[in-house]
Amino acid sequence: MPPIAELAGVTVAYRERLVVRGVDLAIAPGELVALVGPNGAGKSTLLRVLAGLVVPRDGLVTLGGDPVAGLSRAAIARRLAAVPGQAALPFATRVEEVVALGRLPHEDPFRGPGPADHAAVDAAIERVGIGSLRGRDARELSLGERQLVLIALAVAQAAPLLVLDEPTVHLDLRHQVAVMELLVDLNRRDGVAVLAVLHDLALAAHFFPRLVLLDGGRVVADGPPARVLAPERIRATFGVDPAILAGLAAIDPGAPELTVGTRGR
Amino acid sequence: MSIGGRSLALARAHVGRPARAPGAAVLALAGLGVLALAVVIAVAAGSVAVAPGDTLGILLRALGLPVDRSWSPAAETIVLELRLPRVLTAIMVGGGLAVAGAAFQGLLRNPLADPYVLGTASGAALGAAVAVLIPFRAVFLDLGLLHVLSFAGALAAVAVVYRLGRGGGPFAPLTGLLLTGYAVGSLLAAGLAMTMFLAGSNLRQIFAFLLGGMEGASWLRLAFAAPLIAGGSIAIVARARVLNGLLLGEEAAAHLGVDVRRERAILLALASLVTAAAVAVAGLVGFVGLVAPHLVRLIVGPDARRVLPLAAILGAILLVAADLGARLLGEIPVGVVTAVVGAPFFLALLRGTRSAYEL
Repeated sequence: MPPIAELAGVTVAYRERLVVRGVDLAIAPGELVALVGPNGAGKSTLLRVLAGLVVPRDGLVTLGGDPVAGLSRAAIARRLAAVPGQAALPFATRVEEVVALGRLPHEDPFRGPGPADHAAVDAAIERVGIGSLRGRDARELSLGERQLVLIALAVAQAAPLLVLDEPTVHLDLRHQVAVMELLVDLNRRDGVAVLAVLHDLALAAHFFPRLVLLDGGRVVADGPPARVLAPERIRATFGVDPAILAGLAAIDPGAPELTVGTRGR
Repeated sequence: MSIGGRSLALARAHVGRPARAPGAAVLALAGLGVLALAVVIAVAAGSVAVAPGDTLGILLRALGLPVDRSWSPAAETIVLELRLPRVLTAIMVGGGLAVAGAAFQGLLRNPLADPYVLGTASGAALGAAVAVLIPFRAVFLDLGLLHVLSFAGALAAVAVVYRLGRGGGPFAPLTGLLLTGYAVGSLLAAGLAMTMFLAGSNLRQIFAFLLGGMEGASWLRLAFAAPLIAGGSIAIVARARVLNGLLLGEEAAAHLGVDVRRERAILLALASLVTAAAVAVAGLVGFVGLVAPHLVRLIVGPDARRVLPLAAILGAILLVAADLGARLLGEIPVGVVTAVVGAPFFLALLRGTRSAYEL
């Protein structure tokens, strides 16, 4: 099957500084991929390149087989849904109104949302399981609840590729796992391809079958977690003792499966 | 607790507005009805009272309906040549400022923004003050130097602010623009202060502009401002979805299919144009552009597709009423009325819904 999104030889420079160097990456339809690596490795930049928000100095970016450079913003938004970062809302906004923003690229620009849009919003709220939050002011929710609302927005956008930039940052363990399980469920049941930037290697290894490790703007490993997170590579990339990762996973009695270190051995 | 207390608690669970708000169309129709009523009252009332029945007759006859003339020619002149253009000017200015205010609030993602925040007011004020000082009277189509220079001053100020303040990449929040607006505004205010210092006996004319007022309204001036205000406002309403996209920030809007850099520039230009035209014919009418969008959001939520048209209707009603009040109180500046009546009302509203609606 042709890839749903592809980067070929992509190089990105901010002014003269190279942040992405010759990256090749292909995402197949329905794939579940985590982008990992140290801060400043170029992970977030890659997501923005894919969405056409950053124009690479070199290389080709395609979504659904078409070069991103030739697609309108609305066309990109129908092929790639990005879960927005947590932002302060300037006005009181109901949860259902936030989710409905996901329909912007689909709505008739003059007549506004139609029955199909309302149905998609209802379905997304149902799918993410935030029905009880519908009428609440999104600004009063906890970070974890808000993250689910933002994911519901992206689900309502109904694109075949969902991208997320550190969706579990600042969340407690329960919400981290809830978000991960939701992503896996969306992937398995709805066939949505997911590309997520993750900092928590244990979570990434546990929930994602494919990890792409980025360092210094280059892909240094791409494959199943056991291979990508080999102890010597963790030491080389993050500059830490890989035992830390195994130790962190081991002291969490509620999640005995999160034993990345042992799996990697 | 009383029933009132209970209903308030229930309302709070739903963002401080009714769970099932009346449809925007119903609200718009009701608003237009109130506006029509306000127009008839405002045209009928004044130093020379014209009976409401006669007023209605004059208005309907002017619209081409077969109504028998049962009133004096003087009444007809007062209604059609003095009061009607004045009331229509209040409608255009109030509606336009409300739409521009809602657009600036959405663009800057700042509830404290108003139509004047990016320098339009200070530019227009300086233009008007300079016009007052120039001892040279040229009038074309009923537009004097004051109208032309205040219009040009407002647009020039925004253009300078936009050029200086936009930097920081396509998705940088507009904080830089906001700060640049304040800085340029302060500089222009210094120029205004100097002009006022030099104005001598003309000071009163400058003050009248700063406080705003519809007393200079005429059909020709309306013919200049109305197309700009109406055209600009309609173009803004047509871009309501852009403002919705910006609710979650510039980058989120881009991911939702909005060409942020382009749309932001267009909306900024349109809102500035509407503001400049309104200010040129009515001076710096305060408060309407800040308050009308917020009052509407309290009822229908933040969806700009509903907020913009309803804010236009509410802004028009508010300014027609405020201008009537100003006239009945002996031609006091309308800005005094909007502030004295509007500010306490707005404060009370904010206190009542504090848990749900924080600025």
